[in-house]
Amino acid sequence: MDGSPRRGRAGDRVSRIPTPVWALLPIVLLAVLGVALVRGGLLDVLRGGAPPVEALTFERVTLAPDLIRVELVNGGPDPVTVAQVMVDEAFWTFTSRAGTTIPRLGRTTIEIPYPWVEHEAHVVTVLTSTGLTFTHEIAVARATPTPDARYFGVFTLIGLYVGVIPVAIGLLWYPLLRRLERRWLHFVLALTAGLLIFLGADALHEALEAAERVAGAYQGVLLVLVGALGAVLLLQAAAGRRVGAEGPAGRRAVAWLIALGIGLHNLGEGLAIGAAYAVGEAALGAFLIVGFMVHNSTEGLGIVAPVANDRPGLATLAGLGALAGLPTIAGAWIGGLAYSATLATLFLSVGAGAIAQVVVALYRVVARDTRDRPVWTPLTAGGLLTGLLVMYGTGLLVAG
Amino acid sequence: MTDDASTRPVSRRDLVRRGALGLAGVAAASQALRAAERGLPGSVSPHGAHEPGNAVGQGRVSDASIDPMVFLEQFDGGEVSRDAAGRTVREFHLTAVDRDIEVAPGVFYAAWTYNGQVPGPTLRATEGDLVRVHFRNRGTHAHTIHFHGIHAARMDGVFEVVHPGDNFVYEFEAKPFGLHLYHCHAVPLKKHIAKGLYGTFLVDPRTPRPAAREMVMVLNGFDTNFDGENEVYAVNTVPFAYHHEPIVVRRGELQRIYMINLLEFDLINSMHLHGNFFHVYRTGTKLAPDEFTDTLMFCQGERHILEFAYEETGRFMFHAHQSEFAELGWMGLLDVVERVIA
Repeated sequence: MDGSPRRGRAGDRVSRIPTPVWALLPIVLLAVLGVALVRGGLLDVLRGGAPPVEALTFERVTLAPDLIRVELVNGGPDPVTVAQVMVDEAFWTFTSRAGTTIPRLGRTTIEIPYPWVEHEAHVVTVLTSTGLTFTHEIAVARATPTPDARYFGVFTLIGLYVGVIPVAIGLLWYPLLRRLERRWLHFVLALTAGLLIFLGADALHEALEAAERVAGAYQGVLLVLVGALGAVLLLQAAAGRRVGAEGPAGRRAVAWLIALGIGLHNLGEGLAIGAAYAVGEAALGAFLIVGFMVHNSTEGLGIVAPVANDRPGLATLAGLGALAGLPTIAGAWIGGLAYSATLATLFLSVGAGAIAQVVVALYRVVARDTRDRPVWTPLTAGGLLTGLLVMYGTGLLVAG
Repeated sequence: MTDDASTRPVSRRDLVRRGALGLAGVAAASQALRAAERGLPGSVSPHGAHEPGNAVGQGRVSDASIDPMVFLEQFDGGEVSRDAAGRTVREFHLTAVDRDIEVAPGVFYAAWTYNGQVPGPTLRATEGDLVRVHFRNRGTHAHTIHFHGIHAARMDGVFEVVHPGDNFVYEFEAKPFGLHLYHCHAVPLKKHIAKGLYGTFLVDPRTPRPAAREMVMVLNGFDTNFDGENEVYAVNTVPFAYHHEPIVVRRGELQRIYMINLLEFDLINSMHLHGNFFHVYRTGTKLAPDEFTDTLMFCQGERHILEFAYEETGRFMFHAHQSEFAELGWMGLLDVVERVIA
């Protein structure tokens, strides 16, 4: 206790120094130390002659007639030099756009003039100057679409069928919802929450899967955290007050939120579809189409459920549907044109976060509506479970 | 390290992909999509087709520890003297040293070498000579030299491990005549051979073979990423060396190749000659050929003498008939030119 007066005097001296100095001082010291470490040769002492650590990631592999184009990212701590390239266990000539030495977090594009065979698998191996190899398998060789009008046309059609049309069909449940009793409406809202939880879990799972293919330095799994939590917080901050409002305005805000969350999810879905379609990883099946329609049309139901009693105009309904469905098209475009694991991870995790936020908002809608009575009744609990089961069941249809 | 998408379990997104195609199939019914699908690459190539590249890699090797053109015809007869009984004595000096060698253009491999080169020098003696090899280990691991041949157990280079800084003298009579090899026999054996400690030990018969243009070809390879498989295959260390710079052969001249397989990890290797057949002297221990063929198989450590002459001029390929080895470096060319009468 007797030390406190001295602390007080010290505090006076400290307070005389301007605030920005205190903010910058540690940063400046760190920078000086960092420079000393690198320039002063201390780094070499600390490394103790350990060999360089090399980590290359195949960010994107595209095919043109008689050409394999490989985009490499160096996600390791040291520069990596690409010395040789093998295709299907044969050394091959290549050219590189940004040079063969890739700095940390740098990237280069390697073009290999190779007579690849359509619909067959090929293996591209990069041999670095230290003799390490990094390998990528092209599962089904197919020329990568080039961004022309036809390409956009095809992917727009795919996006329409996968995202927009099912959502629009789901919106047609709106008149039915209007006629439901309040407790059955709560059932539908809970069902919507179930659908969304399923989609959110799916997006998260996919995000984590994509994260494994992200170059090490970009920390894929943590990117998922940033994306998901970022989406939750941004939506919370942007829409919080409106969603919290009483009455139709609040419910409409929830509907828009749901549409946005589903839209973000569909963006990630479109991304994967576009990327898969571009590299030919897809097969036809009439039965699958039906399954897909059923599976995704439930999304439309979820969007209109909160505003069932509010008589939204046709324009609003169309807008909701567009917000939920159109991102699929954008996703398909991006996926086919510029797919990267990093981008996919970010989009999918943002989708997962957005959906989490929407589920919370949905809970509030029901809670406000039930007022003093408990939110969880056999109908709401059953609704949520039904939502999950519907998604699971229609997912099986897609799996067929 | 392998980005292996094919082994991932089928996820919902995979199913979504298939679903997407299903939908595309429905869409295909529409005229619009049909028109659009015609535009999908794979069926057309509107953009300038690229010239197919070459399966010979990129650039040239400049720091391989040997010049393949020189090594090809370089034989070391040692320091020759005679002992009291009048017998020819050949003294050789081999020193084990560590050295980084370029095993493919721009790719460096931390090799263990005899005399700083891979393969080690080609030692040549005549049957009955006394061979004395002064071995010094200046490497970082214990090594030996194990000669193939008929000799005493203590000269076998297996149990007398020579530690770094130590020396050892191997002494034995060169017998039987034939094409032999030497390599380190320290453990782990596979590692010591794969790292580059090997060479050719040629014992000529007392009655010399017919005059011929003679070449040494050591079939080898390198596991640059230590996964137990070779990334690089070669004749005399440098992949595609004789492809980039073909071996000039005179039409009608007898060619004799001393070919030794020292490839690790792959069980067999082979030699295929284009546009010709060759006589095979298995292990070189007889003066009459065993076989007349154009494709010959080599087990690890197996070696044969090949003899042939070309009747036509032109470029002829020779390579492993394992296509994979060929396109990973074990490929070369003979450029047969009109006979020049000196």
